[in-house]
Amino acid sequence: MSGQELPGTERRDDVGPVLRKGVGIPASGWFDPRGRALGGFAFAVNRVTGLGLVVYLYLHLAVLSMLLRGESAWSGFLRLATNWLFLSLDVLLIFGILYHGLNGIRVALVGSGVVPDRQKALWWALGVIGTITLAFSALHIYGSR
Amino acid sequence: MSEAGHPNGSSPSTRTFRVYRYKRGDPGWRFDGFEVPVGARTTVLEALRWIQLHRDRTLALRHSCLHASCGTCGMQVNGREVLACVTPADTLGSTITVEPLANIPVLTDLVVDMRQLFERFPDEIGTVRTSDALAQASPPDGIETYERFEDCIECGLCLSACPVSATSDAYVGPAALAAAQRLLEEPRGVDPERVLDWADDPHGAWQCHAAFECTEACPSSVRPAERIMALRGALAGGRRTVATVMPA
Repeated sequence: MSGQELPGTERRDDVGPVLRKGVGIPASGWFDPRGRALGGFAFAVNRVTGLGLVVYLYLHLAVLSMLLRGESAWSGFLRLATNWLFLSLDVLLIFGILYHGLNGIRVALVGSGVVPDRQKALWWALGVIGTITLAFSALHIYGSR
Repeated sequence: MSEAGHPNGSSPSTRTFRVYRYKRGDPGWRFDGFEVPVGARTTVLEALRWIQLHRDRTLALRHSCLHASCGTCGMQVNGREVLACVTPADTLGSTITVEPLANIPVLTDLVVDMRQLFERFPDEIGTVRTSDALAQASPPDGIETYERFEDCIECGLCLSACPVSATSDAYVGPAALAAAQRLLEEPRGVDPERVLDWADDPHGAWQCHAAFECTEACPSSVRPAERIMALRGALAGGRRTVATVMPA
């Protein structure tokens, strides 16, 4: 510090803490629900469903690997796959696929500048399509028991 | 304002303010609690000034104009980015949590290092920028012409609200990208290709995830998210056209 500087100026470039939103760890900043509007929730749910679909992909591969262990292993799995809990997970999977896909269309239309200022209207419109499709799928899945 | 008085309004009631505190050299940050009399028209900024005057003179915060045009009093109140000078405290509940803006280093208490925001802007953006007045605007008698300034007050609320900025310091953020789009809409001598080159970066227009929280937080109708989307449109469209986002 030179004699011409004001007291304390030598620490002017000290970097203080950076406040992050989130639930304890910095990587969760995108997930903080406080004060979020529709677009923020849409973004957070999109990420959650994306992560869920990645997990499902590996789960699906693990389930398919049962085929390598013979017919009895696969038949045992099929008995499990037709109970209510498992079918409900199927409905949850359909929700994840529909949400992630339809929201992807919304983001593509908005994000490519085609309709840059219609994100909320698109969310609701695609939400109606997704809800109807999900209801139809759920009826079909539960009706298959 | 007396010790027994309240900052503003006719029927004061006491609210608890949880205020973020940090001073250089402190091992960490903390919240301090203050009981503050709040009236029907008391703003958060007035309540914080009351704390400064009556409870703790070391509480540091930025403010200037008191009417939402300077952008200096941006902060998080109950987790939402606001300008404290125009945010009524009366409707915020019995406990009001006040924090500095997120995603920008804290200098002290509620003061963040705004250089971290300004340095993100493209070089072509000046500090104070005039803009073309609306063509249909006719100045009153005695005034030759309007001089219109940019809507963006550089408060940093959009950067704090952005969920992408929450996880990536490399992302230039909504304010700078919106400013770039404004340059495309109204180049004022700047080469649009240079602006597009600047924005065409993995940490530029393409890192936005379209959460639109910046637009929700913006107190000045800049609509940064829509401008980023329009900027992407210009980039994705081979730079042939530039979409214009008119104020809502």
